Amino acid sequence: MISFSQVHKRYPGGFEALRNVSLGIADGEMVVVTGHSGAGKTTLLKLMAAIERPSSGSVVVNGQNIGALRPRAIPFLRRNFGLIFQDHKLLFDRTVLENVLLPLNIIGYRRGEAARRVRAALDKVGLLPKEKAYPITLSGGEQQRLASARAIVHRPSILLADEPTGNLDAAYAGEIAELFRSFNQVGVTVVIATHDEQLATRLNPRLVALKSGELIEAVPGAGA
Amino acid sequence: MKAWLSQHIRTLGATLAKLARAPVSTLLNVGAVGVALALPVGLYVGLASLQHLAGGLRVEPQVSLFLARDAGRGDVAQIDSRLKQHPGVRGFRHVSRERALEEIKTRSGLADVVESLGHNPLPDAFIVDASDAAPQNLEALRAEFLRWPKVAHVQLDSAWARRLDAVLRLGRLAVLTLGTLLAFALVAITFNTIRLQIMTQRDEIEVVKLIGATDPFVRRPFLYYGATLGLAGGVAAWLIVAAGICVFNDGLQELSGLYGMRFELRSMSVGDSFSLLAFSAWLGWFGAWLSVSRHLSDFEPR
Ligand SMILES: Nc1ncnc2c1ncn2[C@@H]1O[C@H](COP(=O)(O)OP(=O)(O)O)[C@@H](O)[C@H]1O
Ligand SMILES: [Mg+2]
Repeated sequence: MISFSQVHKRYPGGFEALRNVSLGIADGEMVVVTGHSGAGKTTLLKLMAAIERPSSGSVVVNGQNIGALRPRAIPFLRRNFGLIFQDHKLLFDRTVLENVLLPLNIIGYRRGEAARRVRAALDKVGLLPKEKAYPITLSGGEQQRLASARAIVHRPSILLADEPTGNLDAAYAGEIAELFRSFNQVGVTVVIATHDEQLATRLNPRLVALKSGELIEAVPGAGA
Repeated sequence: MKAWLSQHIRTLGATLAKLARAPVSTLLNVGAVGVALALPVGLYVGLASLQHLAGGLRVEPQVSLFLARDAGRGDVAQIDSRLKQHPGVRGFRHVSRERALEEIKTRSGLADVVESLGHNPLPDAFIVDASDAAPQNLEALRAEFLRWPKVAHVQLDSAWARRLDAVLRLGRLAVLTLGTLLAFALVAITFNTIRLQIMTQRDEIEVVKLIGATDPFVRRPFLYYGATLGLAGGVAAWLIVAAGICVFNDGLQELSGLYGMRFELRSMSVGDSFSLLAFSAWLGWFGAWLSVSRHLSDFEPR
């Protein structure tokens, strides 16, 4: 459960990226946040994962108020999330396998169980044959899928994806969309920020539209 | 618990791999730490050897009374009873002229010379332990004993031992000062090494924090690196000092032989060696901890 109430986010320098946003996302929902570049989509996702704190108003995730969270509690909150960043944030000095292993190492999985989960995640995104490759040798689409594998490997309850189909051609974008749908079908809350109209229509999710930091409509979708 | 242990083992493995990946810079770092530590440790070894030499001699405050050669048994008995009643005397021992002669005969190998004298040239003596070791007190005792009848000569045995003791105390102060300064240098070396590592691993630190790594998780590899660097530096220092002891002892044997004595540098005890390694590992860990604490705050969420 994610809930925003009257959230403002002002960045240092005074720019107001979000204005008076109130929004509730139920467990198991699939939500696509749309809007032009600069509308505040990324900021919205960052507030959910406690990467940014609201300037005013409250953001509550699983009953925890992000604005009041102690720094020590933040890592444990983040483990509920699978995060796909707009710029992927892959580690280029580590292999595909090691990149996906990272979240499991952080949580402290044992080696055998971790290896099993990494393979399953890589298999799901079709990168198993490239487990020993380095990310620099992957195409843009493959890097995107690697970022997805890293986000889902620890089976998070909430998946946040920022422009997940940004670099993908239509076929791969479709695969990624299917991947998100399959996660949503097993109960994972999925929040996707995108300016890709196709992705939005393909998934038939609940749509949330941002314009210049303001929520302009919240259309209840048919869902999955 | 098992997961916790396996995380530590994994971190240790990664640390060793990291050290092995950059052998030249590892070697230079370890060498710098080793040399920095070897200086005070070497001085300490020299000092401990001197102390051992001094320990073989009596450092307790002693006053020797030598009676006049014409002193008879009565005079000896009188002085004996005076010493017994004296509040400044903790204990004493009478060495009769006959005993003294026997000792010279058996110990010094001068039996022939003594034999040839035909008479006993030695006086009766009392060796007195003073209850108060303060120099002015010993001087006062000396003056008092000299006024007693038939006391010919009073000697303070402790004077030179006390001088050596003062020199040793100064040496200990030098070791402490040098040790503190170079411990600071070691902390500075690890601080800077870790700072560079954090700078080159900015992306990685940022990512792991974003996906739920705790601060201890982020710190751990750097702390391990610092401690390992310190420990390896300690081992290097130990080897440098051990080699130094070997080299110096050859020369020292020759030199001290010329003075008719035997002085050599003693190798470090197991306890001292262990302390050196533990302390150097701790210093490395501490330098890394300072560096990580100082530089990881740059990654906090705003
Ligand atoms: N760290 C930041 N500091 C200052 N301004 C920022 C920062 N991040 C984003 N912004 C500004 O906030 C606005 C919204 O950004 P963002 O949430 O990234 O939009 P979107 O993801 O919809 O393109 C943009 O105008 C952007 O310039
Ligand atoms: Mg964005």
